[in-house]
Amino acid sequence: MTSKNVHVKIGEMKGNTSLISNLEVSVGKVVDSSWTEPMGPTPMPSLSTLRDWDLRLLERYKPFYMPDCDLCCLCTFGKCDLTAGKRGACGLDIAAQSSRIVLIACCIGAATHTAHSRHMLHHLIEKYGRRYPLDVGGLNIKVEAPVTRLVTGIRPETLGDLEDVLAYAEEQITQAVAVAHTGQEGNHLDFESKAFHVGMIDHVGMEVGDIAQTSTFGFPKAEPEAPLVSLGIGTVDTSKPVIMCIGHNVVPSVGIIDYAKESKVDDKIEVVGLCCTAHDITRYYNRGRIIGPISWQLRFLRSGFADVIVLDEQCVRTDISDEASRLLVPVIAASEKNCMGFKNRTNDPSDEIVADLVSGKVPGVLILDPEKVGEVAVKAAQKVAPIRRKFNNLPEPEEIKTLAKSCRQCNLCQRSCPQDLKLPRAMKAAAGGSLSELEDLYEYCIGCGRCEEACPEKLDLHSFIVKAGWKHMTEETNNCRCGRGAVQDVEIRNVGSPIVLGEIPGILAVVGCSNYPKGGKDVYDICREFANRRYIVAVSGCSAMSAGSYRNSEGKTLYEEFSGAFEAGGVLNVGSCVANSHIAGAAIKVANIFAKRSLRGNYEEIADYIYNRLGAVGLAWGAYSQKAAAIAAGFWRLGVPVIVGPHGSKYRRMLLGREDKPEDWEVYDARTGNKVNVGPAPEHLFQTVETPQEAKVAIAKLCIRPNDTWKGRSIKLSHYIDLSKRLYGVMPQDVHLFVRTLADVPMTMKDEITKLLNEKGWKETVIPDPTLLPRMIRKIKE
Amino acid sequence: MSCEPWQCAEIAATKKANLIQKPEIVVAMIKRAERPILVVGSYAVERYMEGRQLIDYLIDFARASKVPIVATAHMVGEFLKRGYEPAGFMSAMDIGNRLVDPEWQGLDGKGPYDLALFVGMPYYMEGLIICGLKHFAPNLRTITLDNLFHPHASWSFPNATLEEWAGNLKVMTSKFGGGQ
Repeated sequence: MTSKNVHVKIGEMKGNTSLISNLEVSVGKVVDSSWTEPMGPTPMPSLSTLRDWDLRLLERYKPFYMPDCDLCCLCTFGKCDLTAGKRGACGLDIAAQSSRIVLIACCIGAATHTAHSRHMLHHLIEKYGRRYPLDVGGLNIKVEAPVTRLVTGIRPETLGDLEDVLAYAEEQITQAVAVAHTGQEGNHLDFESKAFHVGMIDHVGMEVGDIAQTSTFGFPKAEPEAPLVSLGIGTVDTSKPVIMCIGHNVVPSVGIIDYAKESKVDDKIEVVGLCCTAHDITRYYNRGRIIGPISWQLRFLRSGFADVIVLDEQCVRTDISDEASRLLVPVIAASEKNCMGFKNRTNDPSDEIVADLVSGKVPGVLILDPEKVGEVAVKAAQKVAPIRRKFNNLPEPEEIKTLAKSCRQCNLCQRSCPQDLKLPRAMKAAAGGSLSELEDLYEYCIGCGRCEEACPEKLDLHSFIVKAGWKHMTEETNNCRCGRGAVQDVEIRNVGSPIVLGEIPGILAVVGCSNYPKGGKDVYDICREFANRRYIVAVSGCSAMSAGSYRNSEGKTLYEEFSGAFEAGGVLNVGSCVANSHIAGAAIKVANIFAKRSLRGNYEEIADYIYNRLGAVGLAWGAYSQKAAAIAAGFWRLGVPVIVGPHGSKYRRMLLGREDKPEDWEVYDARTGNKVNVGPAPEHLFQTVETPQEAKVAIAKLCIRPNDTWKGRSIKLSHYIDLSKRLYGVMPQDVHLFVRTLADVPMTMKDEITKLLNEKGWKETVIPDPTLLPRMIRKIKE
Repeated sequence: MSCEPWQCAEIAATKKANLIQKPEIVVAMIKRAERPILVVGSYAVERYMEGRQLIDYLIDFARASKVPIVATAHMVGEFLKRGYEPAGFMSAMDIGNRLVDPEWQGLDGKGPYDLALFVGMPYYMEGLIICGLKHFAPNLRTITLDNLFHPHASWSFPNATLEEWAGNLKVMTSKFGGGQ
């Protein structure tokens, strides 16, 4: 803990009967004097504290705006047309408006994670008390909360300590939301800086949530070999009552599992999860099952397998109660953020609520007591299941063929489909008696249901796809490594040197949602490619599920094929959304544990270290949410580039470097103070790629860092060139920008690269001790 | 033929694309342009018309019109396999970002482009890039050669069938003295 509010320090005080020395007290808190690390320059930074750092990055990675919407309609002056240079009534132009939208997205994301953590922390403190100690990895972890230490200067030891951390985060989010009000900020780069700030706060909020739940719920504590858990619809024993939990906040699911265990029916029901709640269910309960990513909601529901649905928060389909009522599936909403219009029954007797749900008197209820949710869900599922008998309203194949004849071929389904799936053609084939084209769409459909909304004939097109893909769906029997949580300090020690020197070619974090352009197989392929190349591959959330949904030629999933350790060639699942903070935390811990840089309130120096030395890249292949935007923003400020798949272009702003502008790529050599051109390393901070091939080449390239040793650079260039040749069919034309000395050139490619260097007029340069911060220069040049 | 946005919700505000009613309009605009460039995306190998891939039509067109091609994503290899060397290759975001820079002297260093033609990217992604150019590249005109109406372009073909698309591409190529 750190001091706060009124702070009294007494060096020595003598009384008649006593001697007091070195006493430090602050109101409400006892100062932690055991933490000897000095406080850095920026504890608890406010909106503008780290602005200079942000502007340094933004000078190099200028925003490229793709506004999508030409209007602003956020105030009653509007709608304002901001097309091509016009300013709105408030004076804002389209660049500032676009960056404002980015900021708003990041605020929503950060608020969502932080509010999730706050809700959970309230609950856990009520249950376990403020003094409950934090433990995220036992003796294996001394740096328990690297993001929190770095940003706030607080070293939390108990649940109660986390309250101060969240109070800071909440204030910053409130300040940042205020920035978006009409007539506040007017400069696009300042909006961007504030988006970075909120992204940083988002990681704090996430970290609080995950260390609180890991400490109290007995989740795996930084375990490299966390157990494998069941993944896929086919793993569910549908002969039992099935409770389906959707969302991100595991507290109600814990209530369900605890009640099932206490009443000794845990082997008689199935508790399954969709989206991040699924990860946390399996971190808590070894019989829990992961159905799949967010996109599987309609798929699983319409298949009729669920007998009760429990909604917590985030990424929940907001029409789920309509869908469920069609299938006589009771819904329990368990979050204040997501009441679904249901009556609050929190204070009613459980058996009355169960009776109302089972009889269908009410389609759903709001229960804000997680233990009551547990009792009601378990009892209702047991009573509903024999009545429902897995009733579903999917049409039979013959019915689909008949219904398909009413299709007008108007194309509105395809024109409404985010994937541009060729539904009209599939319907034509179905009308002709073949469902094979509908079946082919199963893998690519993201389950949004927009096709049905658009259909003038009101055809249940998504149901057609699900039915046609029934065999695939029910054969989804894969596995996922249970979310391990944080990375151990000893793992960091083992890999710190080879990562920073470039000999482990990079850390690839594959995170985020499932808005994939062409199914989840791309995620699996990308993870496998880089694990085989001995990168460290960290996964989380829906991406971790997709990574486990496919098998190699020996029938092994990624988690069976590769270790779960933070090591070269490891594929580690950190867990749910909030566990993404452990990936940022691992990067921060490399700077702290390996390089002995102080963390405490020392953000800029650590970010500078990570940016220049740590070959880490984030990939959110199917990012869709505001939370994903906030997570990305937190990585940008740390200097970690993020790549998104094609749908990520809809975030409307990229942060792109220009490798054709050599003047952009100078750093200071901390040894001499000289400016050294280090080339475009990394080239971009935020980039949309179009295809998985492009993603692979970009990942390899974006892992290059100025600090690489010649051996490390040679290894990284080998991967970049090899992937480029294999997937692009060409030698990359910018290799010369990454060669500093001839020792950087991979031996096996020496002739070819030397020829290229000669053609490009390449000149040798030095390998600096790189920094963007003048204050880090050890010897100021005369 | 429809000039509604292909994806129903992709709606522009006050500055919407002019409709290309016949391919000769594109030919005239290219001839009038001093520095045209054609940006080709990954769908160039996923779209088939009359048994040929889109990329094959585009190579014919580029050879005839002499408009240089920038290949995005991994398309450079597909061009090279077919014996055509594009003027450059880079990510779609990179070419968009360069085109909004009035100082950028182009792939050949001879000056900024005044006409950018786009084809063969995911619809939403291409639309976003074109929208960025609409707002931030006032001296650049944009045309899409897709068979899908792009409201943010300066000029766009309407939504059209594959047969109509193939026909348009062949006419454009023939007007430059090329074709199969």
